Amino acid sequence: MITAEKAPVAGAFSFVSNASSRFGPWTVALALALLTLIPVTVVALAMLDPDQAIWDHLWRHVLPELLVNTLWLVIGVGIGVTVLGTGLAWLTAACEFPGRKFFSWALLLPLALPAYVTAFVWIGLLDFTGGLATWLRDSWDITWTPPIRSRGGVILVMVLALYPYVYLTARTAFQGQGRRLLEAAQSLGVSRRRAFFRVALPIARPGIIAGLSLALMETLADFGTVSVFNYNTFTTAIYKAWFSMFSLPAASQLATILIFFVLALVMLEQLSRNSAHYANSARGSGGARRIRLGGANAAMATGFASLVFLLAFAIPLIQLLIWTSDIMVSDLDARYFDFAWHSLLLAGLGALLVVSLALALGYAQRLQPTPGMQLTARLATLGYALPGAVLAVGFYIPVAGIDNLIIDTWRDWTRQEIGQVFGGTLFVMLLAYSTRFLAVGFGPVETGLARITKTMDEAAQVLGTTGMKRLFRVHLPMLRAPLLAAAALAFVDIMKELPITLMTRPFGWDTLATRVFEMTSEGEWERAALPAVAICLVGLLPIFFLVKHSDART
Amino acid sequence: MLALEHVAQSYGSKPILSDVSFVLSPGQIGCLLGPSGCGKTTALRLIAGFEQLSAGEIRIGAEIVSAFANGRGHSLLPEQRRVGLVFQDYALFPHLSVAKNVAFGLSAMPATDRRMRVAEMLDLVGLSHEAEAYPHQLSGGQQQRVALARALAPRPRLLLLDEPFSNLDVELREKLSLEVRDILKQEAITALLVTHDQHEAFAMADNIGVMNKGVIQQWDTPYNLYHQPINRFVADFIGQGVLLPGEVLNSRQVEIELGVLEGSVDGDCSDEGGCTQCDLGCRVDVLIRPDDIIHDDDSLLMAEVERKAFRGADFLYTLKLPGGQRVLAQVDSHHNHAIGEKIGIRLGVDHVVAFRK
Amino acid sequence: MKTFKSMLLAVSLMVSGYAVQADEVVVYSARNEQLIKPLFDAYTKETGVKVKFITDKEGPLMARLKAEGRNTPADIFMTVDAGNLWQAAQEDLLKPVNSKILAASIPAHLRDPGNEWFGLSVRARTLIYNPNKIKPGELTTYEDLANPKWKNRLCLRTSKKVYNQSLVGMMMNEYGEDKTEQIVRGWVANQATQPFPDDTKAMEAVAAGLCDVTIVNTYYFGRLMEKKPNLPLAIFWPNQSLKNNSAGVHVNISGAGVTRHAKNEAGAIKLLEWLASEKAQNLYADVNMEYPANLKVKPDAAVAAWGTFKPNLINVAQAGALQAKAVMLMDRAGYK
Repeated sequence: MITAEKAPVAGAFSFVSNASSRFGPWTVALALALLTLIPVTVVALAMLDPDQAIWDHLWRHVLPELLVNTLWLVIGVGIGVTVLGTGLAWLTAACEFPGRKFFSWALLLPLALPAYVTAFVWIGLLDFTGGLATWLRDSWDITWTPPIRSRGGVILVMVLALYPYVYLTARTAFQGQGRRLLEAAQSLGVSRRRAFFRVALPIARPGIIAGLSLALMETLADFGTVSVFNYNTFTTAIYKAWFSMFSLPAASQLATILIFFVLALVMLEQLSRNSAHYANSARGSGGARRIRLGGANAAMATGFASLVFLLAFAIPLIQLLIWTSDIMVSDLDARYFDFAWHSLLLAGLGALLVVSLALALGYAQRLQPTPGMQLTARLATLGYALPGAVLAVGFYIPVAGIDNLIIDTWRDWTRQEIGQVFGGTLFVMLLAYSTRFLAVGFGPVETGLARITKTMDEAAQVLGTTGMKRLFRVHLPMLRAPLLAAAALAFVDIMKELPITLMTRPFGWDTLATRVFEMTSEGEWERAALPAVAICLVGLLPIFFLVKHSDART
Repeated sequence: MLALEHVAQSYGSKPILSDVSFVLSPGQIGCLLGPSGCGKTTALRLIAGFEQLSAGEIRIGAEIVSAFANGRGHSLLPEQRRVGLVFQDYALFPHLSVAKNVAFGLSAMPATDRRMRVAEMLDLVGLSHEAEAYPHQLSGGQQQRVALARALAPRPRLLLLDEPFSNLDVELREKLSLEVRDILKQEAITALLVTHDQHEAFAMADNIGVMNKGVIQQWDTPYNLYHQPINRFVADFIGQGVLLPGEVLNSRQVEIELGVLEGSVDGDCSDEGGCTQCDLGCRVDVLIRPDDIIHDDDSLLMAEVERKAFRGADFLYTLKLPGGQRVLAQVDSHHNHAIGEKIGIRLGVDHVVAFRK
Repeated sequence: MKTFKSMLLAVSLMVSGYAVQADEVVVYSARNEQLIKPLFDAYTKETGVKVKFITDKEGPLMARLKAEGRNTPADIFMTVDAGNLWQAAQEDLLKPVNSKILAASIPAHLRDPGNEWFGLSVRARTLIYNPNKIKPGELTTYEDLANPKWKNRLCLRTSKKVYNQSLVGMMMNEYGEDKTEQIVRGWVANQATQPFPDDTKAMEAVAAGLCDVTIVNTYYFGRLMEKKPNLPLAIFWPNQSLKNNSAGVHVNISGAGVTRHAKNEAGAIKLLEWLASEKAQNLYADVNMEYPANLKVKPDAAVAAWGTFKPNLINVAQAGALQAKAVMLMDRAGYK
């Protein structure tokens, strides 16, 4: 199966890489960065005709609260996913405790659930009208309700949904370290606990930050989850300005602030990366013994991992299954195969494209490791931080523009009417997905490429393998694990994606995600459980794949 | 300073170490030498505290750091043993500069003292000018020296070195072995080295324990190991040589094809069973090293040159004896004989190393 | 071989999903797929004309129409509220339709004065209350809910949903900005908890006792009652005895208009006329427990059981005209 998958990647990649070698790495990187910048530019251009009245209103009444809310969210989620993801990664990568093997992959499963579904389940369970509070009232006369619909609640749910990004990258980082460094620290009189903080953690920092930046970008772009909580962030304000107040200029002003915020984060991440040359030197020597946790520590570890698994995945899934059983008979019909098939097709093709482009970008960066190139590469991955509908519309407007150009020109020349050329094609859909999800694919690819040292390239060269041959015989095999990880992440994310799918899909093309939308947009959350479960189940397969191959070394 | 008593360790049911015992006095440099899989690294890790023993006792100074009693193992944590460790792959912290690496174990010290100690250590290993460099910017030899400085900085009571020079090229290896030995002796550090390379062992150690299959075959000075191996394994592992069949004539003579060997036989007769007296007429194998054979043009005994290896100062000839046995002979390289040529040889041993058949 | 394969793949990806036959009608709809598909299927069965449609939220749909401009494949733009239809007309995305049938079927206050769009079903936004907690006669009007006597007894849906924006817009139309702002501030102060993301959750809160009354669209009430008939909830029609222009229950429409650059204008008008016809109106409205726009058509039995009421007769277009201002007002009043 691997070979069959590799072929189109190889094909797509050879195309891109030939282009890259012909036009130079800069061209590739710029082209990809431009792809992302198109929607951003389109939206930003609307600022040229500013709507002062609405902007004043936003500034006075809405922005202060938004800033505070968004800041809290970013900080809260940032700390939460880092602590949770890194802690769990350490436990499953370096330690041994009951259930470790299961948790190694099970802790990634929340990736298969859309965050707003998790949000809805938890609010449903814990809110005033939910199971827990009702039981407390009826059986115990206690009128206390868990404060789930609060800032803390949003942060908690988003942490549960997004920690797998940090978990994944941190785990890869820890696995690559080897026990030697910890033993060296111990031999110098530093206990294992302190050695974790002084040695293991700092060296894993690039990996942790890569996962953290993905999580934060998704937090900033998120609309579905914060809507369920009715929590006002920048993104909800952008939607409100654009679609409720009919003011694209005001929306674009807000979006531009958001983008600057994201750029600042990107700069910070960039700076932290530059002081870290150590990705290569930390050789993964010694897959030596895991730290065997004893007694109380082992119990705590198992307990902690179980708790997270329950809260982030098991309980939401069970609730969804309960809801599904109610409506399955009525809603599950022959069309579901189509929905599932469309989802699979789009996610599969999209993942392939994302990975190929990520690889091309990674190579461009490798061939020309200047700061300018690194910045361009970072810009190319910005799409992940843009609110979905903004990206979708921002991407669609130029596509429609090109279509109009073609159609009008054709009409002038031949007096014939033709339909849309680019609009409604899978090609545009997949390209839009790439704009959004390049970030997700780029992370693993970048890390994987960094592991291939220059000396390996030179060794290959001396043995007569250069260029494309080297790619296939030396690099691709070494990149297999990161490429599969990138593909799996992109696959799962595309399956859950909504605004781009809605906007660019051909007539009659529904996916599981659009099904969820149809149900939830009219508040029929329980009916949305069936497609949500389907998304989750289909997403399990690539996650399994992901884990199997990220564990290859251990 | 270091004492192992009847230490044993198993991995599941497979024994890794069996009944290992030796002692290092303060200031001594010891070495565990043996082929891969012999258990030497495990012994080192036991002393460091990264493995648990299943029998026996390990003492550092007067302190028992590992013991197995009443069916339970007691082990002091590695970080509490004050034992320094230099790893085979250096294990330098890639995220810290050279100076910070060396300072890593000194967090208990006040800052000024720490800086002084780091400077002192870097000076000792000759890397003061690289204090702010990062490990990935250094060569292998430099990284090795940083690892040494780092391990020595906290003044450990014992220094353990795990194949410290195996990643370096031969010349550097020789040079560094001597340098490191000088440093250790200068600072009067007790050290235990683990290696499979006997040249390294000979260059650095005062006492060497030759190990095979989890057992120390012989713990002795390099000279004694070479000239008086107590069993076939040691004889084979150390240096070069061949075993020629022979017969014991009396307590002072053993006869082999090359002639009669004069030398004390008492107590020199040993085999793997550990017997110390030989019976007359018993058959033995006698160890003949290349330096035991002397090229003498006047000798009546001729041997045919089968192979020759030029080694700069001498040739190592593989000679075929009239009886068909082969011996190795170390001959001054001015004597350049062709393959097939017959040259005269005679024995030049003054002691006998013989093993019962 | 590899290059050929990739080219083949590339070409197949370019096959457009938007190729349209001559007499097909293309609809861009913000009304959900499960509500319109049965309708369009019935139309195709009856007339043989195929209907192609895309669903999405109104905002992106309108942005899309704008971007496509002259070459849009859409013939009809359908939404679930008047505000967006009004905005679409403002942005010149719709075309006036002169159809006697439509003029006769759809009452004047439910369609655009310029005939650019037509309501096809009516939803009332009314009060739902817990009959165990509220005595008859306590409830009167929407505005009255701002009275301090309702403190901690009111639950509201978020201001972000267009239905509440229309409601406030209509109030602004009658009372002007200042008074409306006071009313909304009063509502906000009386909330028992923060606003809910949807109507159903608000009603469940009323049933559970967190609050006593809320404002929802009638069809959500209908759906909830169908699923859980034993909940202590009842429907109340406010503003019945008012004599001014605020008299009557606030209503909104789901409706549609013909796009300015429709390729199949005739087909689009035919479809609209069919949707307004008695035959289709039941299908259209009943499937979602709404009221038919065509007054000659009786609502579904379950819907009729809620009783009759006087609806507000101001043209629903006002909701759109005032929507932006309504949103700003709600922001100022702290209605989240």
